[in-house]
Amino acid sequence: MSAADLVTSAPARRHNGHSLTTRIVIYGMLGLFAFVYLVPLVVMVMTSLKPLDEVTGGNMFALPQHLTFTPWADAWDQARIGVSETRGIHGYFLNSVKMVIPAVLISTLLGALNGYVLTKWRFRGHKLVFGMMLFACFIPFQSVIIPMAVILGALGRIGVDLADLTGWSFGLGNATINLVIVHVIYGLGFTTLFFRNYYETFPNELVKAAMIDGASFFQIFRRILLPNSMPIFIVTVIYQFTNIWNDFLFGSTFAAGDTAPMTVALNNLVNTSTGVVEYNVNMAAAIIAAAPTLLVYVVAGRYFVRGLMAGAVKG
Amino acid sequence: MATLEIAALRKRFGTIEVLKGIDITLEKGGFLVLVGPSGCGKSTLLNTIAGLEQISSGEIRIGGDVVNHLHPSKRDIAMVFQSYALYPNMSVAENIGFGMEMRGVPRAERDKAVAAVAKTLQIEPLLARRPSQLSGGQRQRVAMGRALVRRPSIFLFDEPLSNLDAKLRVDMRVEIKRLHQTTGTTIVYVTHDQIEAMTLATKIAVLKNGELQQVGSPSEIYDRPANMFVADFMGSPAMNLLEGTVTQNGDVQRVVIARKEGEPILLPVPASVDAGKLNDGAKVIFGIRPEAVNDSESIDRNAKSVVKFDATVEIVEPAGSDTFVVIHAAGKELTARMRADADIRRGQNHTFAFNLDKAVLFDPQTTSRI
Repeated sequence: MSAADLVTSAPARRHNGHSLTTRIVIYGMLGLFAFVYLVPLVVMVMTSLKPLDEVTGGNMFALPQHLTFTPWADAWDQARIGVSETRGIHGYFLNSVKMVIPAVLISTLLGALNGYVLTKWRFRGHKLVFGMMLFACFIPFQSVIIPMAVILGALGRIGVDLADLTGWSFGLGNATINLVIVHVIYGLGFTTLFFRNYYETFPNELVKAAMIDGASFFQIFRRILLPNSMPIFIVTVIYQFTNIWNDFLFGSTFAAGDTAPMTVALNNLVNTSTGVVEYNVNMAAAIIAAAPTLLVYVVAGRYFVRGLMAGAVKG
Repeated sequence: MATLEIAALRKRFGTIEVLKGIDITLEKGGFLVLVGPSGCGKSTLLNTIAGLEQISSGEIRIGGDVVNHLHPSKRDIAMVFQSYALYPNMSVAENIGFGMEMRGVPRAERDKAVAAVAKTLQIEPLLARRPSQLSGGQRQRVAMGRALVRRPSIFLFDEPLSNLDAKLRVDMRVEIKRLHQTTGTTIVYVTHDQIEAMTLATKIAVLKNGELQQVGSPSEIYDRPANMFVADFMGSPAMNLLEGTVTQNGDVQRVVIARKEGEPILLPVPASVDAGKLNDGAKVIFGIRPEAVNDSESIDRNAKSVVKFDATVEIVEPAGSDTFVVIHAAGKELTARMRADADIRRGQNHTFAFNLDKAVLFDPQTTSRI
């Protein structure tokens, strides 16, 4: 510690000592809210680890007497999902994975490309185009369902025609691909907004230098812009992943039966009207459904905060 | 044949014309400095030479070929930016080699060229580092390396030293001058620093509001400024400008500078002026550089025409190598550049002298030199 540090830290310490009550209030509040938020999760985890009779007969907050992982295994490949023949949520989990990965990557990359064009290759009317893309962020999901259904229906018919002609539908009409299309279109407004604002502060001189070096439009994007976009890339991926993984409305509208994503399957599992309600299996399935987004936050969370701040504070 | 020719170049942004007909030629191996106050269009002019801005009309020729519509990478130029514009995700070696990589130069050849440039600029130990791990001066060198490795017919520098601290700026200035002298390359250099302009240039172009004020060698610009703007802009402290009147007495023309107190100063017409252009009673602006104003003992002994006058010392500014003295004459402040050890104090009445060999006259209406 240098002399300057000693001089400045002494009053700061005294100040902290004065505000002991303030600190108790702050930490008390933080503790309270942490408790309120964590209790449901704790109950979920505990319930999912109890046998069914212990769940129905015992206290919700009691620790499991007989620790069991059968509910997790049941949820994964035994539980009845609505009226479907296939059992367990694993198929739907896979549906969601197959949907979310391409949807997140495509919408993020297209958003980056849009942001690049809107900031570094400005054209007449670029502000209007950006304004309209922003507008896409404010359109409610419900209002696009019917037009989207019409478009997807048309694409499905094209897919049938293509299948007649070439023997392959090129994925048109496939429920998972339909959902990827929907989420890419709907997410484009947000991803463009993120990347445009990030690239707005990206030095133009780097682009000019690359132009003089002879890099092409896409070479500048791939070699100069993208490698320096890590923070905003992470933010966008987290944002898109969470939204798309958790989406229920589009999933339940455009994907039926065995093609439904995880969120729809979870609803069908929990809302079953036959037999005994297996709370422990439901809880296990719910945790499995929430796990990927949790994982993404844990792995990339620190970049999330850093990326959100990146535009605010220069340097 | 000139390496760079700019003819009747105009550039409009919407309805605003930022370059209003620029004509400059630069011979091979020349060092052209574009100088002017901020917003004068000098950086825009450089960008049009680089091809980063499209021009509205006119012609740019490099090595005799019209390059108006050529992509920046095809113009045989290299540019050093104010912010250095080093790619943050690449090492120094990759930064320098990026242009060659884009042109598909094989790796071995690239590495050789990078090593050669690194040797010239003495940045060999830095090749593996990222730009963020370099100091300002080192980044500056890398930026120059990236330009050098292209071996272009013209180098473009956009205020390359303005982000450096004062000492480093002087060092790098010498370095750039040495680079120019040893390699004999053609350089176009933008700055708002008139010391940089004077020290580096073989040719200076002074711009104001998108119009060329004067193009010439540093001594032409300094000693024979085309108008009052150039006279005021180049040189620090600025040229003294005093109002005067021409009087004709038979064949003898004189410039009279009236003073509030004391006798008016009577001056013979400076040698730079064509006497035939002056009319009796005409108002003129008399311009003289601070170093041509001195005490009567230390005025240049070789001066052909010297006029002495008395004035009171108002402010004394010792600057180490010189002492700047502000005196009151003709209702206007007048700065003299004197010896550092000049025995002079505030409030003193002192005899000063003008060295008229270095004096010029301007027309107050047109502001042009007579």
